[in-house]
Amino acid sequence: MIISESWLREWVDSGLTTDELAASLTMAGLEVDGIAPVAREFNGIIVAEVRQVTQHPDADKLRVCSVFDGEHEQQVVCGAPNVVPGMKAPFATVGATIETGQRKPLKITKAKLRGVESHGMLCSAEELGLEESSEGLMELPSDAPVGQDFRAYLQLSDSMIELDLTPNRGDCLGMRGIAREVGVLSRKEVCEPAVNPVEPVHTEEFPVTISATEACPRYLGRVIRNVKLNACSPLWMQEKLRRSGLRSIDPIVDVTNFVLMELGQPMHAFDFEKLSGKICVRMADDGEAITLLDGKEIALSADTLVIADAEKPVAMAGVMGGLATAVSDATEHVFLECAFFAPLSIAGRARAYGLHTDAAHRYERGVDFELQHRAMERATELLLDIVGGEPGPITEAIGTLPERNTVRLRFASIKKDLGVTISAQEVAEILSRLGFVITAQDNQSIEVGVPSYRFDVSIEADLIEELARIFGYDNIPQTAGLSAQRFPKSSETSIETNRLREHLVALGYQEIISYSFIDPTLSELITGSQQAVSLQNPISEEMGVMRSSLLPGLLSSYQHNANRQHERLRFFETGLVFQRNGEEIQQEARVGGLIAGSQLPKSWSNGRDQSDFYDLKGDVEVLLGLGGKTGQLSFFPAAESGYHPGQCAEIRNPEGERVGVLGALHPAIQRKLGLDQSIFVFELRLVSLLEARMPQVSALSKYPEVQRDMAIVIDEAVSADSISNLVRASAGEFLTDLRIFDVYQGDAIAKGQKSVALGLTWQHPSRTLSDEEITAIIGNCVNALQEQFNADLRK
Amino acid sequence: MIDSEALLAEALLDIERASDEKSLDALRVQYLGKKGSFTDLLKTLGKLPAEQRPAAGEQINLAKKNLQQALELKRNDLISHALNEQLEAGRLDVTLPGRRQSQGGLHPITMTIERIKSIFAGAGYDVAEGPEIEDDYHNFEALNIPAHHPARAMHDTFYVSPGTVLRTHTSPVQVHVMETGQPPFRMICPGRVYRCDSDLTHTPMFHQVEGLLVDESVSMADLKGTVVEFLQAYFEVEMPVRFRPSYFPFTEPSAEVDMGCVSCEGKGCRICGHTGWLEVMGCGMVHPKVLEMSGVNTEIYSGFAFGMGVERLAMLRYGVGDLRLYFENDIRFLRQFN
Repeated sequence: MIISESWLREWVDSGLTTDELAASLTMAGLEVDGIAPVAREFNGIIVAEVRQVTQHPDADKLRVCSVFDGEHEQQVVCGAPNVVPGMKAPFATVGATIETGQRKPLKITKAKLRGVESHGMLCSAEELGLEESSEGLMELPSDAPVGQDFRAYLQLSDSMIELDLTPNRGDCLGMRGIAREVGVLSRKEVCEPAVNPVEPVHTEEFPVTISATEACPRYLGRVIRNVKLNACSPLWMQEKLRRSGLRSIDPIVDVTNFVLMELGQPMHAFDFEKLSGKICVRMADDGEAITLLDGKEIALSADTLVIADAEKPVAMAGVMGGLATAVSDATEHVFLECAFFAPLSIAGRARAYGLHTDAAHRYERGVDFELQHRAMERATELLLDIVGGEPGPITEAIGTLPERNTVRLRFASIKKDLGVTISAQEVAEILSRLGFVITAQDNQSIEVGVPSYRFDVSIEADLIEELARIFGYDNIPQTAGLSAQRFPKSSETSIETNRLREHLVALGYQEIISYSFIDPTLSELITGSQQAVSLQNPISEEMGVMRSSLLPGLLSSYQHNANRQHERLRFFETGLVFQRNGEEIQQEARVGGLIAGSQLPKSWSNGRDQSDFYDLKGDVEVLLGLGGKTGQLSFFPAAESGYHPGQCAEIRNPEGERVGVLGALHPAIQRKLGLDQSIFVFELRLVSLLEARMPQVSALSKYPEVQRDMAIVIDEAVSADSISNLVRASAGEFLTDLRIFDVYQGDAIAKGQKSVALGLTWQHPSRTLSDEEITAIIGNCVNALQEQFNADLRK
Repeated sequence: MIDSEALLAEALLDIERASDEKSLDALRVQYLGKKGSFTDLLKTLGKLPAEQRPAAGEQINLAKKNLQQALELKRNDLISHALNEQLEAGRLDVTLPGRRQSQGGLHPITMTIERIKSIFAGAGYDVAEGPEIEDDYHNFEALNIPAHHPARAMHDTFYVSPGTVLRTHTSPVQVHVMETGQPPFRMICPGRVYRCDSDLTHTPMFHQVEGLLVDESVSMADLKGTVVEFLQAYFEVEMPVRFRPSYFPFTEPSAEVDMGCVSCEGKGCRICGHTGWLEVMGCGMVHPKVLEMSGVNTEIYSGFAFGMGVERLAMLRYGVGDLRLYFENDIRFLRQFN
């Protein structure tokens, strides 16, 4: 909300400078977002009268004017289309300067325009910084004193203070509320302008009934006959509105806006002739139609409160009036509305229809429910001054008015919650100044009545907040420590995600963080037809679904960098992935990685070999090994969407549950993404990686290890795992290590076969193993391999 | 009979000519071995008259001793010579780079979260995490933000379905913890949050760390102390910190926290918008309704909560100017943190 500083000073003379005022508002919770002057810096501008206007001899669009500055008539060339004899306008005399925001201010000098001398410049509101944009000269009222300094005439030594109000402070959405706060903060009296109730000139009333009594606790109406709408709002009102960020429209809108800004009470005026029979405040019928003031046609829903006449809805209550009953140039009689609508009956409604209005903004947050008579009288008084007319009596209909709360505050709670003691006397004083009425007080507590404008106060904590605000957060001490020492519960059988990250970093991976919402096309391309979770209101279509895998993010990031000539990359990301499983949404934490390019960065001695599946698998094995459970996990060939069908493995734990998948990106996808080289990716469930084994030590044998190598020739389709498993099963209980140290296919080996070299190590805990034993074991292994896989020892 | 001196002279000459340890060893055998020349010479002593034997024997032994010394000297010579050659041959250009994997690194958001976690861990805070797709109750209702509350407009919410949202803050994690545990609570909740807003100063996804402390007799003074201590620890600067009254539905009293600009030390600069202050977090005393809804007895317990934007802290600490850099994953940006 924007307020005029000088208008605020009319209400309360705080004795504070502008900066002090802003600081004290901010530190009381009414944050000052900005302070701006109400006009540009300028001098030498006066009120002048245009006496004669003639066409410029050599320019169609220019006029030559005779301008009276109070002492002399000056010849001025003017291009404004609205210049007419007799009008008064701001006039920049020769020698005047106007700040323009440019490096140098504009300096007015004698000049020749198309051969005609011009002694000064007639100004528009825009040129003086009073409006963002304006057309033509700024027309001043006919009683403006010619020759007076323009800045003094409009009292332009003022600032516009922009406040960023929090949603709980609906009471400050008007000058009255802000003045009240400033009064409390500066301990000064607030001088509210006197409101003089008007004597009704006739007795005509328009019947008002309320059927939605909870939603509309109070509705006031008044008929004013024979208004003259060709009048103009007084300059002081236009200026106050302008300095509140509102434009002057017509006298009726200006008056209702003025009351809105002054008291915080929204009002509405209907063209009385267009209302039929009566006013009824009711809930809308589902689908009922209304065309609003802004021309928008709306189909109302049944949770919307409307103002209706005998036939139709004429306004969306507390939000916007209807077009059909709006005041126009032809209006003769008006019906003024001033109501209190319950916050809950307005909250969210405007937003539901895509609307945001000043009225709804205030009603949602709470308007003083005892303000309506005062506001109605204030508006009537102002209207009569401007447009004349004959007011009738006020018609009031009452629904279910809110109850006046009382809240008890225990003095002990203040110390407990704020850590500071505030004396009972000070408590009483602060609360009274804020408008709370003390209803009871003893040694332990104080009970206060909550004013009708404070919708945010209903419990003790609300009062403590008020005290803290006014007492000053700065005055609350700052304590150093809290309670006794406490030991963290840390488990040695779980690994922190960050340890995993640090291992990946050591393996040369760069962590990335990508958006959780991704392009549905990319998602489907990579994950196949999984049940992705889509958003109802995405930022854009390309961010339409929640990722069901980390791969799309890794690949998009890879693409981004590959397009910038960085193609050797190792990336990883940790985070949740999302999947629909029937009605349920599963959210699973994973770690995913990607490698592409050479095994090592290109350098003088390395970087010639490209990464392949086994580079990736090695890194994955390091991760799996962190928990000390490498031996318990198995790799199986897998056909996973997105992966190369011949280079994809699934990792399973002993229970057969999936731990993760790794492999080469499917070449077709690689081509679709426009990527030049093979990409290898893995994705693992974090929960299985973060379980660790508790180490249990066994005794070290004092006897020597025995090592033997053997090479077999075997069908190439037999997997390394099958060979190792069989050998392990046949090599006796004292086998301590088994490695495959060579796999060979080539000239020396028959087609369709491969040679596999195995290294075996044994150790007995309590004696030396004999050659004969070992030879027998090797024989067992060879026999088993022969039987099961038709393998032979390589000669 | 051969003269021992002549034999010695011959042997010394041979030693002089020896070019490696192996030939030196052969010489040792040739002269001093069981069948060597000096052994032979000693055997001839018996042919001498008895009175000459001691002197002759002594002469031969002296020659042997000299020879042994010469052998030893030459051996040392040869070893050190060979070593020198080996060293010379092994000379490398040590300025060539090492053979290694590329340098990996953590994302600056992770670095920031980990730093925050370790500071709070030191003060006894646990870390809690929770789902990112939340139900309306945990994201809003349980935090005292009922339907149609104007504060909902401050959270531009992504909807998955009516009643199911992408969490707009990490506060729902606190609700989960309070619902399932027993006070006292002392924890922080880091994580991704989502708001339907995208421009120069907003990304639709960002990170928060929220903290919660619930215990007997916790006051706003404790909150102030905690927040100030944390900020000074995080930035490693004893900057001024101020608390401004504000409003969050889930805390009361609520405060925005400004700290003295770490870039200009409060003098006013571009980063702090020439105010000397940087808005860094929101905080407050947990609203009694929030505690009650999660089953905490407010007559015994009270607490405070605070929340901060991780991107903002990282921006201030590392000088990140453009928010979008965080999620573009441009390697040229990310490598600057390695």
